[in-house]
Amino acid sequence: MQIGIDLGSRTIKTVALKDGSILHRRVVESGFEPHLQARQFLDRHPTARIVATGYGRHLLQQHAELEVITEIKAHALGARHMFPQCRTILDVGGQDCKVIQLNESGRVMNFQMNDKCAAGTGRFLEMMAVSLGYGLEAFGKAAAQAEVETPINSMCAVFAESEVISLKNRGVPPAEIARSVHLAVASRLSAMVAKGGCGDHVVFTGGVANNQTLVQLLERALGVPLLVPADPSIIGALGAALHARA
Amino acid sequence: MSGDFQVKSDPELWEKLGMDVARFSGMPTMLTNAYKSIFLSQKGRPAAMAYFDGMVENIHTGRIHEIMAVKESGKPVIGTFCVYVPEELIVAAGGVCVGLCGGAQGSIADAEKVLPRNICPMVKSAFGFKVGKICPYFQAVDLVYGETTCDAKKKTWELLDRYVPTHVMEIPQMKRERDKRLWVEEVKDFKTAVDKISGTETDFDAIAAAIKTINAKRASLQRLNSLRHHNPSPISGKDMLLIEQIAFYDEPVRFAEKVHELCDELDQRISAGVAVAPATTPRIMVSGTPMALPNWKLHHIIESSGAVVVNEESCIGTRYYKDLIDEGATGVEEQLERLTERYMKIDCSCFTPNDDRIDQVLKEYQDAGAEGIIDYCLQFCHTYNIEAVKLREACESRGIPFMAIETDYSPDDVGQLQTRVEAFIEQIRG
Repeated sequence: MQIGIDLGSRTIKTVALKDGSILHRRVVESGFEPHLQARQFLDRHPTARIVATGYGRHLLQQHAELEVITEIKAHALGARHMFPQCRTILDVGGQDCKVIQLNESGRVMNFQMNDKCAAGTGRFLEMMAVSLGYGLEAFGKAAAQAEVETPINSMCAVFAESEVISLKNRGVPPAEIARSVHLAVASRLSAMVAKGGCGDHVVFTGGVANNQTLVQLLERALGVPLLVPADPSIIGALGAALHARA
Repeated sequence: MSGDFQVKSDPELWEKLGMDVARFSGMPTMLTNAYKSIFLSQKGRPAAMAYFDGMVENIHTGRIHEIMAVKESGKPVIGTFCVYVPEELIVAAGGVCVGLCGGAQGSIADAEKVLPRNICPMVKSAFGFKVGKICPYFQAVDLVYGETTCDAKKKTWELLDRYVPTHVMEIPQMKRERDKRLWVEEVKDFKTAVDKISGTETDFDAIAAAIKTINAKRASLQRLNSLRHHNPSPISGKDMLLIEQIAFYDEPVRFAEKVHELCDELDQRISAGVAVAPATTPRIMVSGTPMALPNWKLHHIIESSGAVVVNEESCIGTRYYKDLIDEGATGVEEQLERLTERYMKIDCSCFTPNDDRIDQVLKEYQDAGAEGIIDYCLQFCHTYNIEAVKLREACESRGIPFMAIETDYSPDDVGQLQTRVEAFIEQIRG
């Protein structure tokens, strides 16, 4: 058995593979001491080949016998496995967003990643949802229903929050503001994708790809349909599991 | 070595220099710990690195005593922030040229009490060192010689002048004949300012000797860099960077001697096949903005991630030593012209156009036997940041793996940087 484990900023994802098919997948909150959570799971599979990725990979490596790869490589492997023609991957997780370009044979040719700024990440969406009083799912749905688009100018999480507050205080309905936040994120992410030149086969991964409204707005901005895996948050863990085979 | 290493303290000296001794007294321990974990933990370092370790131990004490002795003899001690300020003319006057502190996060809060936040960390750090009175070099100088190579520096000099006499040399932004004429005039003004401190006019012989001295120092670094390009690497990128940083505060003749001693050892290492990393280790070249002491952030991340840094195309790197001054001048006027011509070859991104730098980066990439380039841009350094667009195009069209990063001195993006650097190494490994 091969196990891929992705220790992300918000959740830990695990994928177990046997003979190329997914035996098991799991997403849990990272919580404190994420490596202990992961360790518990790994202890149940003492003979598996294990590869870790994500922010906690090095921490886990100090506590378990395993190989580590970066999220970039993991997403490249996972996305390619789901969509063999894939040449561009947009991955938006809790703490970062990245765009990965692959060549024909799936090798990473280039990648971009946000720096320490949270703009365009899951965390940004989460903060905006909170300041509007929405849960994450309701936030996306409200945005889909709004009919008017009020532009938001700031992509800095701190400044955007004050902008949201000032919109609220101008009497703009929350659904409209929710839509504006989604638009701002879509515009930032599509610019990142377009910078590397996107082809027709763009795969969207990471927990944020569960947000349907964002998927639609991104498709509109990029002018191509996005390929979204059934469970976009496990693609990194899947890639790690696939690497464990090699 | 690691057990004995200790950055030295001298509160009496610091008191005399008007430093904030209470605050500074914790600095040697901090630096000792950082140095041990970043440098002394490396395996297989050349024995001749001991001298440079000693330069770090004496950074706030021994070297300051030497500089103060020069100053007390009436010779000029001048602080600079840029490789465009001609140190030869300071050495000709018997003085000391020192590249000032500007590579630490710790002084930035001091600077932000005065300066805007959204400017280069190097400028803020430097300003903070003076305002906070936590840099012995800053306290020791007669004056600071600034220049006009970026907006942040240019305008900060006006404020810095309130704390330490700050002169400004105009560096043009283009390299036409008329710019050269201005530049030569600026060099002459600089000479006048330096000579004024010592009260004697430096003559042809003194300038010729100083040019020889600094040429020899730069040539020693050229030799070291070319040995360092050997695969497998006989010396780590971190150690090389450290030496390039020490070049800015050490006594030039002794420094060149010690660099040559190290080179001799590297020669032997290469013949004996001794290296700091196996030949299969990914070889990364760093290009871009300077890394002032003690800024070891990027090199440490790269070399902790399983690669080796094989070249610094940087002001603290090849831009400082790739060119020498023609020693054939027959009069002072001609000396200053030859000197200016050498300085005009430095390809800082503050110039436009600056395509020579793209060619230089590609040349160094070849010379170093590198396998990828990480372009390092200090936050808010617009000229290097924008020039990275052309650099990326040049690299991509040649199939050279290229990654641009923008960062400052704070540790908060280390996790992200580590991921990016590791992914870049995976990309190189294929």
